[in-house]
Amino acid sequence: MTEQEDIYLEPGSALDRAAEPPASGAFLDVRDLRVHFPTDDGVVKSVDGLSFQLDRGKTLGIVGESGSGKSVTSLSIMGLHKAGAAEISGEIMLNGTNLVGLGRESVRKLRGKDMAMIFQDPLSSMHPYYSVGNQIIEAYRIHHDVSKQVARKHAIDMLDRVGIPNPKSRVDDYPHQFSGGMRQRAMIAMALSCDPELLIADEPTTALDVTVQAQILDLIRDLQSEFNSAVIIITHDLGVVAELADDILVMYAGRAAEYASADQIFTEPQHPYAWGLLGSMPRLDRERTERLLPIPGTPPSLINVPDGCPFHPRCAYGELNEGKSETERPVLRDIGDGHQIACHLTAENRLRLWTDEIKPKL
Amino acid sequence: MIVYIIRRLIAAVLLLFVVTAVVFVIFFEVPRLGGQTADDLASRYVGKTAGPEQTHLAAERLGFTDPLYEQYGRFVKGLVAGADYDTGTSVEHCPAPCLGYSFKTQNAVLPDLLDRLPVTLSLAAGAAVLWLLGGVATGVLSALKRGSVFDRGAMGIALAGVSLPIFFTGLLALSIFSYNLKWTPPGGTNPLDQDNPWDWAASLILPWITLAFLYAAQYARLTRAGMLETMQEDFIRTARAKGLRERSVVIKHGLRSALTPILTIFGLDLGLLLGGAILTETTFSLPGIGQYAVIALRNQDLPKVLGVTLIGAVFIILANLIVDLLYAVVDPRVRTS
Repeated sequence: MTEQEDIYLEPGSALDRAAEPPASGAFLDVRDLRVHFPTDDGVVKSVDGLSFQLDRGKTLGIVGESGSGKSVTSLSIMGLHKAGAAEISGEIMLNGTNLVGLGRESVRKLRGKDMAMIFQDPLSSMHPYYSVGNQIIEAYRIHHDVSKQVARKHAIDMLDRVGIPNPKSRVDDYPHQFSGGMRQRAMIAMALSCDPELLIADEPTTALDVTVQAQILDLIRDLQSEFNSAVIIITHDLGVVAELADDILVMYAGRAAEYASADQIFTEPQHPYAWGLLGSMPRLDRERTERLLPIPGTPPSLINVPDGCPFHPRCAYGELNEGKSETERPVLRDIGDGHQIACHLTAENRLRLWTDEIKPKL
Repeated sequence: MIVYIIRRLIAAVLLLFVVTAVVFVIFFEVPRLGGQTADDLASRYVGKTAGPEQTHLAAERLGFTDPLYEQYGRFVKGLVAGADYDTGTSVEHCPAPCLGYSFKTQNAVLPDLLDRLPVTLSLAAGAAVLWLLGGVATGVLSALKRGSVFDRGAMGIALAGVSLPIFFTGLLALSIFSYNLKWTPPGGTNPLDQDNPWDWAASLILPWITLAFLYAAQYARLTRAGMLETMQEDFIRTARAKGLRERSVVIKHGLRSALTPILTIFGLDLGLLLGGAILTETTFSLPGIGQYAVIALRNQDLPKVLGVTLIGAVFIILANLIVDLLYAVVDPRVRTS
């Protein structure tokens, strides 16, 4: 499903778009998505030509630093950007319907029912004045014309399914009476209450205890197989998606840096930025030989994205490209088996660097 | 929850006693510190022809020569059990709760206040409804259409509303609507009776609007600020992500949170007004508690001033108590902590 011709193309021009093949038939098909925010300081290009596909029952991990455009992408799929604040172009095909340019009311009706979202901080993401049950009941009754009693029963069922003990009494508790992990379970129950086909989890475990993180991820995986939904997990932590994701999209400065199956990313990552992410991930399954290898520098301004490869100011291997890094933007290209990267490094250089310099240190 | 209510009630009663003590000390001790003797105080209650001996006798009879704690003890006893006041010619009984007895007009203070309470109550309640509805609605719309012509216009008018005193807007309204257009009576009030509530409403409509304008302006600004903040909250995003209609998002999730701080201020404002809207009542010649206070001050009738102050304090404490209890209803986090 990653063998899409269109991803090779330099996105953006009308000519390119005209040359795109017809829709792939993937459940979620995002093509050349651009989300720009005009501000007084200039246009913030939060997402700038992003394409990916996702099928039912599959999980996509979107990984990147803060400000790489991960959350902005998910919010545009959900149609949650303020009208007028964001300029969105490209296509977001959900089950054959293009969400970009669809009326706000039509997108609203899809929200919660066809696509749902779990947020980072379950405490601030739930209304403090309404009981957990009420918030689930509300979510269910928006899309189902049922009595409060029926919806309440459904809410109790959902709380039971996400593993909240004694759901019959806890349904009337307020968010502040739940522990962090329980709150996130309740958020998941709320998101899944209408049986959505697409579930977006935006950093679902970041605000949680380490011990609870694994439980929540297990829960998401179990529920996914039960509901057969498509899941997008957004995170800055490769560890989170290591076990869960089928495919991984590494984002940098609003674009894809590397897009491949999870196996490929973890066994033979190709982009220096992905190397950096792997190198800065603490691992307990290996002996500690060296310090973590942080990526030097900070993410670029999305108003003035560096010319050429947006990663080049932080890339240790840019000089191997004889100046191309500073002038030419690397295009996302397939290097075999659907493994796609946006990098000027030649295959030989990448292989040499990976085997000689990077892999031994990981 | 029951414990919470009981705790608040006990605190309210204690606070009330503290307030009476402070007010009492201010009214009866401060003049003495300022050089006035008990005889000077008593001289206000005896005729101009009275000599020093007579004045001194009066001071003794009125209890001004007793130590302050005895005077306060008598006052508190009057509050709880009623008191008898010797006017010289007869002994007047002031039943509990006795807020004091005016020797100038030779009557107990509380019945006066109760007579005037309906006017103040009508004024405050009507204005409160207007300013809550008007202020909150304006604030919400301004917040949702931030930066629009409506927002700028409404906030400009609100600024004017906050800055212009009642005796300006009130007199302006009177001159236009009562004297020129003759739509409303030029002051005074009609009692509310079932046969003709319109007369009552017509006599109060200008004071209501004038008073409400002042408060609505403030509430519009507060609501706007609160809504702007609340609509940025994560739970608003969640509500939208559920597919909730924007109107429900704004009212059920946004306004519900933004109104909570407004509730506190509303309780205080309403309590304060029930103790007498001095400027409004004076401007529109409304015989309410505020006007009573002005007359009492002008006549240096201390028991009356003390009574008004105390009844005002009672209303503020009561309003705060109700707000505290409502808070527990509104915010579940208060209930459990």
